Amino acid sequence: MVEFALPKNSKITGGKTWPKPAGATEVREFRVYRWNPDDGKNPSVDTYYVDTNDCGPMVLDGLIWIKNHIDPSLTFRRSCREGVCGSCAMNIDGQNTLACTRSMHDVKDGAVKVNPLPHQPVVKDLVPDLTNFYAQYASVEPWLKTTSPTPQKEWRQTHEDREKLDGLYECILCACCSTSCPSYWWNSERYLGPAALLQANRWVSDSRDEATGERLDNLEDPFRLYRCHTIMNCAKACPKGLNPAEAIAELKLKMVERQI
Amino acid sequence: MSATDTPKRSMRTPLGRVRNLGAAHSGTSDFWRQRITGVAMTLLMIPVIVIVMMLLGRNQAGAAQILGSLPIAVILLLFIFASAWHMKIGMQVVIEDYVHNEKLKLVSIMLNNFFSIAVALASTYAILKLSSGV
Repeated sequence: MVEFALPKNSKITGGKTWPKPAGATEVREFRVYRWNPDDGKNPSVDTYYVDTNDCGPMVLDGLIWIKNHIDPSLTFRRSCREGVCGSCAMNIDGQNTLACTRSMHDVKDGAVKVNPLPHQPVVKDLVPDLTNFYAQYASVEPWLKTTSPTPQKEWRQTHEDREKLDGLYECILCACCSTSCPSYWWNSERYLGPAALLQANRWVSDSRDEATGERLDNLEDPFRLYRCHTIMNCAKACPKGLNPAEAIAELKLKMVERQI
Repeated sequence: MSATDTPKRSMRTPLGRVRNLGAAHSGTSDFWRQRITGVAMTLLMIPVIVIVMMLLGRNQAGAAQILGSLPIAVILLLFIFASAWHMKIGMQVVIEDYVHNEKLKLVSIMLNNFFSIAVALASTYAILKLSSGV
């Protein structure tokens, strides 16, 4: 059966409360998930106090401030710090989002609670293991597939056909959507998840691609595609404002279209 | 769950694991039938409620008289057919979602099929029996 409870070694135990920064006039409390693969202990939630007069407004700024000023062992991914790379995806105050684009002022009540993306194996602290997620992306073969001879200049596309890719090409593969989906939690080995399916629809919708039928064949499966039950957590979570549920619905429509 | 404690250890590549046995090339029929039966039930719901209200408080002879009407019997049969099919597909989806033990899943899906067919046939028999006045 589905595991509704956390495994024993994943149950969160008490954590350390770090002292407030000396001389700070305005502080914000951060409660951050900690887990170290090397110490054999269960995960914990550490409490930090960030001097908000000394750091930027975003949650990522707070985490970087903690790493620089309080606890250099705090581990998380980050790169572009402007919502383009998708590295700093994490669960902030109960919602999957990017730490670099979520202001700590948007977290209204009490502490800023930061956890890794849900239901993924944890590498360390806030770093999830996204191996399966990336393999699922690779499985939809996200590149142009053609049989016709390659044109001398470029594969041409009308403006109207190009517009069909809007809302699809912007995905940054941060995994916020897939890891917010209960269907993905229960069946991530077989269900491709909202992100990979949105990407699949991006290539199925591309007028230049000549492998549309083959792509649909590879998706037509009770688990790969039809585990989506239109829960819509994906659309709510997407930090880029995309709608993976709609992309999946379009895929299902195309599946029906080619049968009737 | 920590990465080092992933329960299913395997030396297969991640892509190999994702591709696994390949696509089943099915699922669309069930998806489409679930929609058809859903729409059918929505359309049949009001006539069925009216028929059930007409049957309230009647004895068997009265019920048989009402069900003796061809349109009424057909509406009820269509409703039974649509709802049993919808129930079968819906329950199978729930089983596939939550039951991960392969043997238990197969048995559950089998029982679900038996149950749905049994309910549909029993209901059909009851309606036909009453509508034919036997």
